[in-house]
Amino acid sequence: MSEKELAAETKLRREIKMRDFDPEFKREISKVPGIEKIKLCFQCGTCTADCPIARFSEIYSPRKIMRMTQLGMKDRLLSSEALWLCAACFTCVDHCPQGVDIAGVVRTLRNMAVKEGVIPDVFRELTDNILKTGYAYRIPELRLKKRVEKGLPPLPETNLGDLCKLFDAIAVSKAKTEKK
Amino acid sequence: MAGLKYLLFLGCVIPYRIASYETSSRKVLKKLGVELVEMPEFNCCGLPIDSVDHDMMLVLAARNLCLAEQQNLNILTLCPGCAGALRKVNRSLQEDKKLKERVNGFLKEIGMEFKGGKIAVRHLIQALVEDVGLEKIKDAVVKPLTGLKVAEHNGCHVLRPAKYIGFDDPDNPVMLKRLIEATGAECLDYLYETDCCGAPIIGVNDKIPLYLAGDKLRNIKAVNAQALITVCPFCHMMFDINQPRIERLLSEKFGIPVLHYPQLLGLAMGFTPKEMALEELRVDATKLLTTT
Repeated sequence: MSEKELAAETKLRREIKMRDFDPEFKREISKVPGIEKIKLCFQCGTCTADCPIARFSEIYSPRKIMRMTQLGMKDRLLSSEALWLCAACFTCVDHCPQGVDIAGVVRTLRNMAVKEGVIPDVFRELTDNILKTGYAYRIPELRLKKRVEKGLPPLPETNLGDLCKLFDAIAVSKAKTEKK
Repeated sequence: MAGLKYLLFLGCVIPYRIASYETSSRKVLKKLGVELVEMPEFNCCGLPIDSVDHDMMLVLAARNLCLAEQQNLNILTLCPGCAGALRKVNRSLQEDKKLKERVNGFLKEIGMEFKGGKIAVRHLIQALVEDVGLEKIKDAVVKPLTGLKVAEHNGCHVLRPAKYIGFDDPDNPVMLKRLIEATGAECLDYLYETDCCGAPIIGVNDKIPLYLAGDKLRNIKAVNAQALITVCPFCHMMFDINQPRIERLLSEKFGIPVLHYPQLLGLAMGFTPKEMALEELRVDATKLLTTT
């Protein structure tokens, strides 16, 4: 991207239009258990000040994400790269004077983004591994053998049949709520 | 102190990459008289999928908790991520009846039910402090690491969110320090000590975590710590396996060995470096042994 194009895009992203706001969004999101207090955020900025990621990122600011959520800037939030930069260290959650579960709001927004088809590759891979093996990582055969050589007990096998039943049940229940 | 017995929840990262943490933990716990029972049929704790689908996370965690309820044993995890996720779900399902009902609705499909209030979840250092006790650990030290100066990195989910974890003071954690001091080593304070290592966002953005972990390594070096002590497989990967990468990115040399706490304790308890799998670490830790 040339400098001119970058400047034009930055301007576009900074410009906020009335149609970017969805006043219903904060009501929608605060229905999620634990997320109710999002309405109480008064933008003190403690979360961003204490955020280790924000110290090293130009674009990640939990304070901004909270404000955009309150304003209902749903499309921008769900397509934002910054949404995926939270490391879930929960420092903001512990420090928020209003008791907002900031990391929980970020998690809820991510869940919504996934529903819209936005998911970083690394999360797609983790999910795929869990669905297919029950573990977040594919543990190579060689490592399983090495365990035994080192005198470690063999890794217990999970019950994939049961996991599939659980995932199906969740999918069915989601389809039902969406129909409503 | 007889009869300490836990169901060991290994999680995914440790069997995937960090065998040295498992090896050293098992040996040290055995010598301290703690019995570990292998957890049959366990699955991922759920944490990695929380960002994708919160319901799936709840159900994965709840299934593990049900397995422990069936055995009537408390869970011990080596990974703070697993401990945090399981502790949080164990607590919130007990507090929120509606949530428990919904999760049990899913678990019914596999003939399970989360009852709640029956079992507890402990991370390794929570078990060492609260169940084994610092006195017993001090008594087990036969080769005190006097003169060794180290720094600690807790791993966020051992401490936060305080509301669900309820262990130590997240803003000024001292328990891991006490555990380190029990080995005879000195634990130094450093700048930004309680900051996250950044590992959870590796893959989304690599630069931020590398800079973040590099900043911590720089602060650790500034106080002349000879090693960093961790209690999390993820943090360990960030500081140990990734240390050469961080050094290249920042054009700085750290050379700080990163030990799992049970490795440090094991050395003080008289285990050999080989028994504690010290040779499996990326950053050479042998120079430490000449100073102790």
